[in-house]
Amino acid sequence: MSEPLQAIRPAVVIGGNRIPFARSNGAYSKASNQDMLTAALDGLIARFGLQGQRLGAVAAGAVLKHSKDFNLVRESVLGTSLSAQTPAYDVQMACATGMEAIGSLANKIKLGQIDSAIGGGVDTTSDAPIAVSEGLRAVLMDLSRARSTSAKLKALSKFRPRDLAPHAPGTGEPRTGLSMGDHQAITTKAWNVSREAQDELALASHKNLAAAYERNFFDDLITPFAGVSRDTNLRADSTLEKLATLKPAFGRNLGADATMTAGNSTPLTDGASAVLLGSEEYARENDLPMLANFVDFEAAAVDFVHGAEGLLMAPAYAVARILERNNLTLQDFDFYEIHEAFAGTVLSTLAAWESEDFCKNKLGLDAPLGSIDRSKLNVNGSSLAAGHPFAATGGRIVATLAKMLHEKGSGRGLISVCAAGGQGVVAILEAR
Amino acid sequence: MADKYLELVNSGFTKNLAKSLGLPRPSILRRHTPGAPLVPGPLLLLGDSSGAQELADTLLAWGLDVRRHAVGVARLGGIVLLLDELADPGELSAPMLAAGAALRQLAPGGRVVGISRPALPADAPAVAAVRQGIDGALRSVGRELRGGATANGIVLAEGVPATAPSALAALHFLLSGRSAYVSGQFLAVDSAEGKLPEDFGRPLAGKVAVVTGAARGIGASIAATLHRDGATVVVVDVPAAGDALAKVANQVAGTALQLDITRPDAGEKIIEHALARHGHLDIVIHNAGITRDKLLANMDAARWDSVIAVNISSQLAMNEAFLAADLPGLRIVSLASTSGIAGNRGQTNYAASKGGVIGMVRASAAAFAAKGGGINAVAPGFIETDMTAKIPVATRAVARMLMPSLMQGGLPVDVAEAIGFLASDAAAGINGRTLRVCGQSLVGA
Repeated sequence: MSEPLQAIRPAVVIGGNRIPFARSNGAYSKASNQDMLTAALDGLIARFGLQGQRLGAVAAGAVLKHSKDFNLVRESVLGTSLSAQTPAYDVQMACATGMEAIGSLANKIKLGQIDSAIGGGVDTTSDAPIAVSEGLRAVLMDLSRARSTSAKLKALSKFRPRDLAPHAPGTGEPRTGLSMGDHQAITTKAWNVSREAQDELALASHKNLAAAYERNFFDDLITPFAGVSRDTNLRADSTLEKLATLKPAFGRNLGADATMTAGNSTPLTDGASAVLLGSEEYARENDLPMLANFVDFEAAAVDFVHGAEGLLMAPAYAVARILERNNLTLQDFDFYEIHEAFAGTVLSTLAAWESEDFCKNKLGLDAPLGSIDRSKLNVNGSSLAAGHPFAATGGRIVATLAKMLHEKGSGRGLISVCAAGGQGVVAILEAR
Repeated sequence: MADKYLELVNSGFTKNLAKSLGLPRPSILRRHTPGAPLVPGPLLLLGDSSGAQELADTLLAWGLDVRRHAVGVARLGGIVLLLDELADPGELSAPMLAAGAALRQLAPGGRVVGISRPALPADAPAVAAVRQGIDGALRSVGRELRGGATANGIVLAEGVPATAPSALAALHFLLSGRSAYVSGQFLAVDSAEGKLPEDFGRPLAGKVAVVTGAARGIGASIAATLHRDGATVVVVDVPAAGDALAKVANQVAGTALQLDITRPDAGEKIIEHALARHGHLDIVIHNAGITRDKLLANMDAARWDSVIAVNISSQLAMNEAFLAADLPGLRIVSLASTSGIAGNRGQTNYAASKGGVIGMVRASAAAFAAKGGGINAVAPGFIETDMTAKIPVATRAVARMLMPSLMQGGLPVDVAEAIGFLASDAAAGINGRTLRVCGQSLVGA
């Protein structure tokens, strides 16, 4: 006999804040993860007057993290004007870090364990940790364990000059050696996604993001940082013609079938985001807005190592499960926020949901999930235009979607974020 | 830098050196610190008009050491001249000479405040003569004072007693360290409206105040001052200044609103934020402003139009929205400039906008009074900020030399203090007026 479920209450998205995202080795090249996350938190605290408050929890994370940043989020919180009694912890789930952090916090609120929380993420590829080689590390560890001089000399004698070469983190999958882009290139080809379709999606992302800036949509979602007030990857004047001139950057061994370029793939990016969540009571007591309910979230993982599924296809599975659990169809949404790791990822996922074969044999459904109204997809731009600082993307999407839903005043939105390691997290938000 | 100079001529060996060389020695001004006494010594109350005893009783109730003559007092904190019933220039002699005899006893940072009536066209010529004469006499006292002391006046409309709330609030402000850089100025009290604060240390307790252009400089100082005085502060600035704005908001435990005030819906956005997040809106400080200096001969449309749009047109539009909304008792303080009064080379556009502010508050006073509120302006003189740092070095140096009374530029907090006073309910009897915070000089942005 299992215990009866605790009564649950809504978890509400109150608002968000991020710093503008900046292309790697650009405007934020001297900023650390802690600098950027602190700035994102500071902007959120200022927007909602949270100074001195003890929040239930702050959870965030970074995919690329220095070992000295073992307590990155708590250290960031201590640098803000939040009460020093606010607990904080680090989460790490590759590019789904932000979604996992926010979703887990929402669950705690729903269960009544906490009343308020901030979830988010940060990443920099400009200030990435560089590790010493395994050889040098082994020598140093032996050296630290050695007691006698002779033992120390013995440990040092194992050192080889080649051990001096530093190890920088990459986006390669440890088990396949393939980069994420090369993995997606295989998936993109398998789903017959054309170069033109990818370029069109990339162009739409830039146009939509630029239009959102033009109508001041981001005035209460972004706080400038280090002299930057707009995402530096945004190319408002991009055209299909310009995108068509770019040479393939991934899957080049596919020859004529190589369709993924720097234009329809996200660049390495630096940035941070934060989302304020709370119970209805917390929001009311503090005169804070309620933009959307964080209804549910679901993680999935696929076996990409043995080739059974594409690396970034896990969200296709997670969506099927979250729809069933919530008695919804894929068409029951007013907005779709599908993270644009690559244009090919979005289009492969949409194609999979339309495929009878995939939905029947992979998802175990009687009928395909079907197609979506493309005019509801990433309507204020997504990662192709804004950039993708891995762990910060979830917070960007949740805050943006919550505001869109609140502006519309009704309906629901679907979020889908793929992640390294063959994982993905999806979520449902409902307007308030 | 002025600050370094100020330090050098006021301390140690360099103080004596400056003295023997005859260098100008500006004093360190007496500025407000919470808990400090209102004046740095006993207060001498001169004048024998019918309201004198009641005024003396009120000042005694504030805990002041009030004297009717200065004999035996080593250091006077201030001199108050009650001149509201003078009817002929000949009557000015006694109180002025009594004040003169006591001036040498005035402590550094001491205060001289005259209380009089306005000279109006309908007055008998002798009455108007003495009233207007008081104006000239007090301004001259300001020029003669040293040691950071100041002289100012309060001009009571006919029928308003010296113990009316706004008259007392004005007297309190002018005696206090809050008016450190105000000298040679007259605060006109038009009515007996207003309510003195329960605690003069927190005159804005419970109020919700919006400050535009709050990310830096004078705006950030206004936010800090209003917060210190008890208000909940909403800080507003353009989205591009959002990071500095967030820092200010977090320092004053307020909320940040990233908003371009030249947007047509700026007033509505401000109201919406204040009401939704803080329940009411009591005070708006129109501080946001820009300079685009150029000699008129070299002026272009972009420079001219942007200054007008930000500095005055936006305020007119926002005020329309505030008047249209149900915001009872709303008090507005707008930033003018001495450039808008005396003019300034290279600032035709800026002076037009700031002169515009002075005209706007005068013409808006009745509309805001009808809602139980009011609107006034503060005209800063030379205030050391990021914005004045853009003034060419030579102009700036000359500007400092042309400051005969206090011999120094003011600080952002000096402007903020005057704004805090005018924003308070105690100042409800003051409406449509412009107060200069200029150290009795007329130079600068």
